Amino acid sequence: MALRQKLLVLYTHSPDLNSTTVAWSVYDGTGEQKHTTGDSEEAPYSSVVAAMRDGWRVIQFPQQHPAYPGMEYNTAYLKYEYILEQLEDVGE
Amino acid sequence: MPNKEDLLTTKEVAKFVADGFLRFDDVVPAELNERALAEMEAGIERPRGGDPLTGMWEGTAIGDVVRLPKIQGIMASLVGEDPLYDHHAVHIVPANREEGQSWHADAIIDTRTPFDIQFFYFAHDTPREMGGTMMLPGSHYRRISESDIARYQNFLGQVPMVCKAGAVMVAHHGIWHCAQPNLTDRTRYMFKLRLNPTVRQLRLWNTDDIDDPAVSGELNANHRWYGNEARLEVVNRIKLWRFLTGDETYDLGYWLSRLENEPALVA
Repeated sequence: MALRQKLLVLYTHSPDLNSTTVAWSVYDGTGEQKHTTGDSEEAPYSSVVAAMRDGWRVIQFPQQHPAYPGMEYNTAYLKYEYILEQLEDVGE
Repeated sequence: MPNKEDLLTTKEVAKFVADGFLRFDDVVPAELNERALAEMEAGIERPRGGDPLTGMWEGTAIGDVVRLPKIQGIMASLVGEDPLYDHHAVHIVPANREEGQSWHADAIIDTRTPFDIQFFYFAHDTPREMGGTMMLPGSHYRRISESDIARYQNFLGQVPMVCKAGAVMVAHHGIWHCAQPNLTDRTRYMFKLRLNPTVRQLRLWNTDDIDDPAVSGELNANHRWYGNEARLEVVNRIKLWRFLTGDETYDLGYWLSRLENEPALVA
């Protein structure tokens, strides 16, 4: 048995795990699928919870920090980034 | 001086402020596209960054493209009639390239309000299977440095620039974008040109429609990928609109006005 990790990164509307997915990435350590920028118009799951119901395990929560003084209105990265995994047996 | 009809309208500038880019189809005629494409294949002379654009590439197809009245009008509307050449690049995506470029912005973190523009010129037909450039509307205010955003793959509302030969896009220097896979057996070319302003970016466009109610509609456009940060992006737009129009009281609804209400009266 040889386990390999697939990562699903979901960016959500708010910190609520039920909120809508607004951006996403897939990184496949099994080598079965290749994903790249702009390869899908619809998210693979509508929310983090929807992905959990399909067997994905949440392995990272976004931390929340108050804005630094003077930077209350700055925008940069997507704040609500959840990383999920599945382990697949590649049978080596 | 550009003709008034070649300048951007206020509604177009408002859309630029909200989306970070504008597209224009059928700007460059077919004969000029063919000559410009040949120059892209052969290589285009690289002037010195910081020199005036006016007079550059005399007697060349790419120079003729830059001097088209519509291009001059777009340029004058956003960075003035006599901008500085920053740099250019002929972007090439080889045939049968299955991997997309990482999302990136072309600038490092730039905290200034004045902005550079970048022209994206597509000299040949660019169907979806050939790319072209994927754009993320409304991403230009985000303070990131170049490829810091390379972990992302897809966003709700991302827009691929799919076009016929002769199309041009103009973008704020902070826009997030990436070249898309080229699944055809032909090489893809795109010419990109960055320009710096030399004048204060204040009402440079055709302002005849500045009081049109549709302007605030453009400025209020939501982009679904913003999620909970949509209001912050509205504030970013209000600040740029105030800068561009010189109207320091401009607001969309009551977003900044309520923050600027600082009563001093002791009752």
